[in-house]
Amino acid sequence: MTTYYKTEMEFFVDMQRCIGCKACEAACAECETNGQQSMIHVNYVERAVTIQTTVQVCMHCDDPVCANVCPADAISKDEFGVVHTANSARCIGCSNCVMACPFGVPIKEEKYDMMMKCNMCYDRTSAGKKPMCATVCPSQALYYGTREEMRKMRPNSVPVNTFQFGKLEVKTKVNIMMPAGSTRLKVD
Amino acid sequence: MPDHVTHKGMISIRYFLLAALYFYTIRMTVMKFRLNKKAFLVALCCCIITVALVFYGSRKLQNFDAALIAYLFGTVFALFGIIYRYCVWLQRPPTWMYFKRGWQLLFSKSFVEYAGLSIQKLVRNIAFQRFIYPRGKARWWGHFLLATGCLLAFSVTIPLTLGWIHFTMNPATSIDPADTNLYEAHLFGFKVMEFKLGSWIAFFIFHILNWCSWLVIIGCLLFMRRRLTHAGQIATQTFEGDWLPLILLIGISVTGLGLTYDYEFLKGKTYEFMAVTHAVTVILFLIWIPFGKFFHIIQRPAQVGAHLYKKEGEKKGMAVCPHTHKPFATQMHIDDLKTVTTELGFDFTLEDGSSHLDLSPEGKRSALAKAHLKAREESGKFFG
Repeated sequence: MTTYYKTEMEFFVDMQRCIGCKACEAACAECETNGQQSMIHVNYVERAVTIQTTVQVCMHCDDPVCANVCPADAISKDEFGVVHTANSARCIGCSNCVMACPFGVPIKEEKYDMMMKCNMCYDRTSAGKKPMCATVCPSQALYYGTREEMRKMRPNSVPVNTFQFGKLEVKTKVNIMMPAGSTRLKVD
Repeated sequence: MPDHVTHKGMISIRYFLLAALYFYTIRMTVMKFRLNKKAFLVALCCCIITVALVFYGSRKLQNFDAALIAYLFGTVFALFGIIYRYCVWLQRPPTWMYFKRGWQLLFSKSFVEYAGLSIQKLVRNIAFQRFIYPRGKARWWGHFLLATGCLLAFSVTIPLTLGWIHFTMNPATSIDPADTNLYEAHLFGFKVMEFKLGSWIAFFIFHILNWCSWLVIIGCLLFMRRRLTHAGQIATQTFEGDWLPLILLIGISVTGLGLTYDYEFLKGKTYEFMAVTHAVTVILFLIWIPFGKFFHIIQRPAQVGAHLYKKEGEKKGMAVCPHTHKPFATQMHIDDLKTVTTELGFDFTLEDGSSHLDLSPEGKRSALAKAHLKAREESGKFFG
């Protein structure tokens, strides 16, 4: 597997900038590693009281819960920290990863009896290109570039990659843009 | 070259292969893995039982074909590796949970229902691999041909290698040259079938491994085409994980066909070469089973357990997401997952005593967005 993955490039998400246009969904379906199926999630947060939408890509955890709970050893993380979608030869379609992912990312495709998820457009990123969703997001809720570029664009925000889910701390490869001075996002 | 010289050559090559196997085993055990004693003992016991079954199943080696000794060692080694890896795999908390639940459910009061469901899923998912069809027709054809060829070949060669089946001429029909010769197949020394030499059945049975070879070759070529043209596959595939298994299978099939080609058309002149190259590819395949892609053949039946688990969970009741207020998984699954994640060191318990795992995937995404919004609100700016 020849790769031209650019390690200086990072993924930055700012869901407050998501306008729910779903351009990322359409673009995601262009990803060859997904088999032309969209793996990104855009959903209303609480439709009864707000029109706020949120966007979610795989956060590519340092110690991925999905891979740990997989009974078939179907999920692996590579040397760049990309957590790959289920190995189709191994996945038994049990949905453990779908239910255990703290970010709600993996999808169980019932017709394939297999889990699928975002793998940061590996066909593109391994060739030095940007993930499809980040190339089309009009509000830059999704951005793929260097830390320096992001610092110039958002001087009052900092990229954070530590999340607290109750007692559990999760570190990720993908960053979320938080108010300056933040070090983690607490979810409860 | 005199026969005894080539025979000696064949024997030395076999000894070389056996020695290579042993060194490989020792190297893999000592250098790469930390020995898992439980798995080692189970694998060792299974190998001892298999060797005993070879001895008694071949009627104290009466029916054992000594020419297949290298294959026997390869098979026993593969068995050791498979059982060892399987036991290590089972010791992982999520695997053990599914393994335990699968057997508990099968032998529960719903045995008849679940045995029926298991047979249905085994036929559909293991024999016909129907779950691959929606992923792509060519992909299914490739896999179906390849898997059918491999499984059929396993069912013939493994009992032959272990001396459990063998063929003999019916003595009563072989005395009179004018008589139609009958050939007998024996399983564990017991006669199970008889067929006329020169008949269609005889032709089919004697060439069964050739038919398997063609199925495997066609299947492999379909997969190779996919791996050469599909951009997603090109990006993620590896040589040892994806190409080596296909190359090995084609190697086995072509050299196997070469044996028939040799005795049908070359009067056996290249038999030694064909036999040795075939043995080398088969033994490489056998020793690669526990370590590479072929191990999914052993893992795949777990999919049946996952179906039983889902069925039982649905009977017991669904978990409802506190955010979406919709059922999203079986409650049994969520409860078991809480146990498994805790065992693995992931504690999702929230401050109010509930668990992050009680939320559906959509609920989790919304919880994250709400937490993010809250942090932005507290900072006084939504953007920045």
